[in-house]
Amino acid sequence: MSKLIKGGGTRHFAQDDVVAGNGLLHRRALLGRGLVMAGAAGVGFGAGTTGAGAEPLKEPEWSRYQGTTVEPIGRRTKYEKNTVRTLSNPNGEPRTQHARAPLHMLNGTITPSHLHFTILHNGIPDIDPDQHKFVIHGMVKNPKVFTMDKLMRYPMVTRQTFVECGGNSSPMFSKEPVQANLQQLHGLVSNSEWTGVLLSTLLEEVGVDPKAVWMIAEGADTAAITRSIPLKKALDDAILVMYQNGERLMAEQGFPLRLLLPGWEGNMNIKYIRRLKITDQPAMTYYEERNYSPVLPDYKAYRFYFINEVKSFITHPSFGAKLDGPGYYEISGIAYSGTGRIERVLVSADGGKSWADAAVQGPTMHKAFTRFHIPWRWDGQPAVITSRAIDDGGNVQPLRADFVKARGETMEPIKNTLAFYSQHYNSLTSWGINAKGEISHVYV
Amino acid sequence: MSMSKSIALSAILLANICISAHADDTNGLGNHPNLGAPITENDIKPWDISILPDGTNLPPGSGTAEKGAKIFVEKGCNACHGDGGKGGNNPALITDKPLVGNGIEAAKTIKNFWGHSTTVFDYIRRAMPWPAPRTLSDDEVYSLVAYILAGNKLIDDKAVMDAKTLPQVKMPNRDNFIIRFPDRI
Repeated sequence: MSKLIKGGGTRHFAQDDVVAGNGLLHRRALLGRGLVMAGAAGVGFGAGTTGAGAEPLKEPEWSRYQGTTVEPIGRRTKYEKNTVRTLSNPNGEPRTQHARAPLHMLNGTITPSHLHFTILHNGIPDIDPDQHKFVIHGMVKNPKVFTMDKLMRYPMVTRQTFVECGGNSSPMFSKEPVQANLQQLHGLVSNSEWTGVLLSTLLEEVGVDPKAVWMIAEGADTAAITRSIPLKKALDDAILVMYQNGERLMAEQGFPLRLLLPGWEGNMNIKYIRRLKITDQPAMTYYEERNYSPVLPDYKAYRFYFINEVKSFITHPSFGAKLDGPGYYEISGIAYSGTGRIERVLVSADGGKSWADAAVQGPTMHKAFTRFHIPWRWDGQPAVITSRAIDDGGNVQPLRADFVKARGETMEPIKNTLAFYSQHYNSLTSWGINAKGEISHVYV
Repeated sequence: MSMSKSIALSAILLANICISAHADDTNGLGNHPNLGAPITENDIKPWDISILPDGTNLPPGSGTAEKGAKIFVEKGCNACHGDGGKGGNNPALITDKPLVGNGIEAAKTIKNFWGHSTTVFDYIRRAMPWPAPRTLSDDEVYSLVAYILAGNKLIDDKAVMDAKTLPQVKMPNRDNFIIRFPDRI
């Protein structure tokens, strides 16, 4: 360890811990260097805590009385009352309802079920699981109908995966950066642990015609949402899920049965699934024909986009937060890829001029949120922080200039963050930090 | 995962939880739970509303633009889509607004974007009217489809839409799509 440099008056770091411009530190600057850091902490850990201003400790009032009674379903602390989803249609008017997850206020990788994003077209259906039926038919040898009690007897698998709306991050297509927080920009993605039956198990039982290529999935919701899905995906890793984060699905997430297509656009993960029709052609349903076919700069359009490609964004610090003076901060965020496992995440604090590897928190899982971290010593000067993920297939999150060249941006800066201008944004998200520590959304 | 891999995985899972073989061995899958009940296509029919682009599964019945114009008002379609389907709180169904020149955020209309006429039938029958989907008769759906297609000058005002004529309507934007990941299909 070489000479120590002064860290904004709050702590000391080794000179060789600085790995990229504007004070990004080695991803293991704290981990595995305990002795050195313990020494450094002795020099002055914690901003301004010289000891002079501290008061003698007192027994707080809440430690002295019996607390409230434990209830059958746990309750969140009132101090977290602002950690909520934002609603696009809070009065349930007869149009689609979106709830965006507060990603900037969460940490780790699991999105709590009650904060998981959701989109409903005709409200949340009230489905009696004892009467729900699921049928597979079409180009099969033996059409079959399954009840929930029978499906619950099948062998189950458990995995983590993210679900992301194909229209998530639509404000990022704006010609100018929209001044909005992570929830507004990227709140239509969440990550859960899901449990259910491999769809391939049921497809084997009905005997799929070898000439079949597609399956048309349909929900029992009022809108009877329907999508065409390649059988290849069904046989790869599709799951009929019944549990989310260990408990039965929430009604808004598809209770009692939902099709899960890890890494593929949310709308295809049919909730309340009641029917699968095996076919040799896609149905060209409304959602594949219109909504999830993004228009390109030459006015052709992509069809069957399906995959949510490799992506990342910094959650801490992010828009809406304010840095509390120069010194040590941890930059942390979420990375995920619809084609595999996150292998590397690069972070820049100088707007992409130089990059450093963030620590990728393991175990990393295919098509699931991965948390990344990197320590940062902010010198109080303007900085731009951004992240760029790479998956195990070598897919790299595209830089904005390349992405916009291929996919376009709006003609005018957008004003409505709830509208969907295009689909499948997976380029960078960058935060500009001014000398006061205020954070704005910028493009690099 | 390939089919053989997924079968292997299922077999491992089955072995792990020791499910005993079910008597039904018709698929040569003796170790499968096989807990689905057989059902005929005829019994599935009330649910089978999927229309394919070649017209497969379009129901009997027919409709015209003239009848569709009345149904459009009777069923309250105009409340959301505006008088004459020109747009209201929800998108215009009958409009000449072009895609080209309006940016990637251009409104995708039936005329300037949709690639298949059958999608219009499938979506109206399945999801409209918004507060009461699947309450229209097949004749009413055919008539509304005719009304929208004729209003967009994609068919003649007098054309009758039915299972034979509807799939033949050529949509102007049909050939302007690029399959994003052909290897995934």
